[in-house]
Amino acid sequence: MEMIELSIDNKLVSVQKGTTILKAARKVGIDIPTLCHMELHNMSIENKPGSCRVCVVEVDGRRNLAPACVTEVAPGMVVNTHTARVLNARKTIVELLISDHPYDCLVCAKSGNCELQSIAHKFGIRRIHFKGEKSTYRKDTSPSIIRDVDKCIMCRRCEMICNEVQTVGALSAVNRGFISVVAPAFEMDLEHSPCTYCGQCVSVCPTGALTEVDSTHKVLLSLMDKSKTVIVQTAPSVRAALGEEFGLPPGTLVTGKMVAALRRMGFDYVFDTDFAADLTIMEEGTELLGRLRAHLAGESNAKLPILTSCCPGWVNFLEYNFPDLLHIPSTAKSPQQMFGAIAKTYFADQIGVKRQDLVVVSMMPCLAKKYECQRDEFKVNGNPDVDFSMTTRELADFIKQSNIDFLNLPDEEFDNPLGESTGAGVIFGNTGGVIEAACRTAYELYTGKKLETIEFENLRGTEGIRSAKLDFDGLTLNIGIAHGLSNARRLLGDVRAGKSNYHAIEIMACTGGCIAGGGQPYHHGNSEILRKRRDAIYSEDKGKIIRKSHENPYILKLYKDFLGQACGHKSHELLHTVYHDKSNNEVTIHHD
Amino acid sequence: MVPKLMCDDDMVDIYSVPSGDKDSLKVTIKLSKEKIETINRICASFENNPEELINVLHETQNTLGYLPAEVQEIIAHNLKISSAHVYGVVTFYSYFTMVPKGDYPISVCMGTACYVRGAEKILEELKKELKIGIGETTPDQRFSISCLRCVGACGLAPVLMVGEKVYGSVSPDDVKKILNEYREDNEDCKCQQL
Repeated sequence: MEMIELSIDNKLVSVQKGTTILKAARKVGIDIPTLCHMELHNMSIENKPGSCRVCVVEVDGRRNLAPACVTEVAPGMVVNTHTARVLNARKTIVELLISDHPYDCLVCAKSGNCELQSIAHKFGIRRIHFKGEKSTYRKDTSPSIIRDVDKCIMCRRCEMICNEVQTVGALSAVNRGFISVVAPAFEMDLEHSPCTYCGQCVSVCPTGALTEVDSTHKVLLSLMDKSKTVIVQTAPSVRAALGEEFGLPPGTLVTGKMVAALRRMGFDYVFDTDFAADLTIMEEGTELLGRLRAHLAGESNAKLPILTSCCPGWVNFLEYNFPDLLHIPSTAKSPQQMFGAIAKTYFADQIGVKRQDLVVVSMMPCLAKKYECQRDEFKVNGNPDVDFSMTTRELADFIKQSNIDFLNLPDEEFDNPLGESTGAGVIFGNTGGVIEAACRTAYELYTGKKLETIEFENLRGTEGIRSAKLDFDGLTLNIGIAHGLSNARRLLGDVRAGKSNYHAIEIMACTGGCIAGGGQPYHHGNSEILRKRRDAIYSEDKGKIIRKSHENPYILKLYKDFLGQACGHKSHELLHTVYHDKSNNEVTIHHD
Repeated sequence: MVPKLMCDDDMVDIYSVPSGDKDSLKVTIKLSKEKIETINRICASFENNPEELINVLHETQNTLGYLPAEVQEIIAHNLKISSAHVYGVVTFYSYFTMVPKGDYPISVCMGTACYVRGAEKILEELKKELKIGIGETTPDQRFSISCLRCVGACGLAPVLMVGEKVYGSVSPDDVKKILNEYREDNEDCKCQQL
């Protein structure tokens, strides 16, 4: 590989040919500011439209300033990143961006996390010298995501994530010049577009243009209502990221403090979605084995591969784009919904509370969960199994509003019976985790033998599409894993074309899995944060005494006292669902 | 949100907007089989290649006169790209239009020469006379107004075109006279000449 030498701020740098000035500078510790550029290492995610121009630098011998994010290095190049000319230009550019931006930082949902705000602060901008017309656009609210395009700076990160990483195609830049916006086709509402609510656009938006629907107030009112019993469940990825919002290093597990905080906030019972994840494994694992045995017995209607169904963003994607494959995923509900269904039947009966007096709140790393809990199939007489779904970010704000000194809380334990979980339930947060959890159980149920090594290292990793062969006592099981919806689309394309030889496939909508979900604390392009969350999840699993779902004593009790057997009649009624064809923007032409 | 449609007799449901709110109406968009086949043929002539999107849009607009939402949906489907992407391209280029042009499309040149010689006043007069804005069509589908840049007749500035016919050295007072040539009640209507 050809190396190029250049000087940046009088430091000599040697980088590979084709490197941009921005990356070369970062190599020697010079962080050139930018608003549009974003790169997540090892995840094939990069946005460099060169649209914000904040990264301009001075290059000797070049008349105009060069945008560092899209200008490649050249031999002997002399770059200066902080001359008076550069600093003035940068300031002017940011001032111009702000001149067409609402001045409502005090009440903006993104305040404190806004990259435009922090860059204005960093540059010491105290006055906007430009006055003129501001672009205005209607606000668009969907069940999960709010679009406030007035705050858009056209960095195009959301468009890149939505089209290239997720291949959802809900968003595109439309119109041109001053009136250009990022919007769905025909400027329809997000709710009517093919949006899956994966929330990845929200997680990369530098400003308050894309944010989540905030349920904090509604949850607060439920907590204040003496006639209601309010219970909460927390997803595995929340405990691995919540600490970041309180200044703890990424990857710090705050399970015990989180439980203590929720209890102090007034939740009557603090439960764990991981319990429901164990339940999901019992149902999904049993379904996998059932389909597998039927397949091995040569039954013609045996449907393989079986696809995991825990991820509501992925389910939405399937319903929109692969309506012909709706019979492929496991019919098992997601852990969030299994929890709700069990809470409002089994648990409500145990504590003698009527369904309508029990409020179930979930803390999730996800925006699609907000939509999922509102789906009609998860309601009984209009009463939802899960009443409100909040993100990790909302939870952090809620804790702060409740005057809780989070960092000095003691570690507390989840309540029972829906708070006990195994290591298998925990790893649901990572890509590969659901299928690993399923295999831990399926292996022992199928072979009747104890697993010698609990960790399936060959299912772990960060590659977008991974495959592994597992030895089930002589039977070779082909497992596929995809995260990021573009990768899911590729695997699904193979299934549709009959070219797939997988027995089971795990799919998660977000690259990295739930740890990188749309509701997690903002990573601001730092993929190291995601790696540390991932490690935290695996270390929580390692620390558990019980690491296989079918050994969870409370799960066994639930089946014995209430459900009967996995995939039995009662399970089907409460824990399984159906999928719907949402492809009604698909062109169907009938020639009769 | 979906633009209003021009309807034909022989309709096929091709697109519907699901309703999140139970009280709101379900919008169904229809297009004739013949038009769908025409669009399919155009896409096929470019081998349904997504990189040929602009050419496909050009040819479709030349054939159908405009590019309403449902036409874009069919193109997106054939080229295997998102409708948001197609819509993005259609709205980016001023040449593409989502509303049908009038029977007599009027273009006002806003090139430098025409502009300094008073093209803006002519445009204002047209808007006033027809009661429509730029990019719009009169309710009777007779006239539409658009702007363009330089038709290569700067010596005749300011210039406007009705269809392919060029009118030079136009003054605001001439506008009504020119429009009258194409109005329905005018026996010497120049429609045949276009």
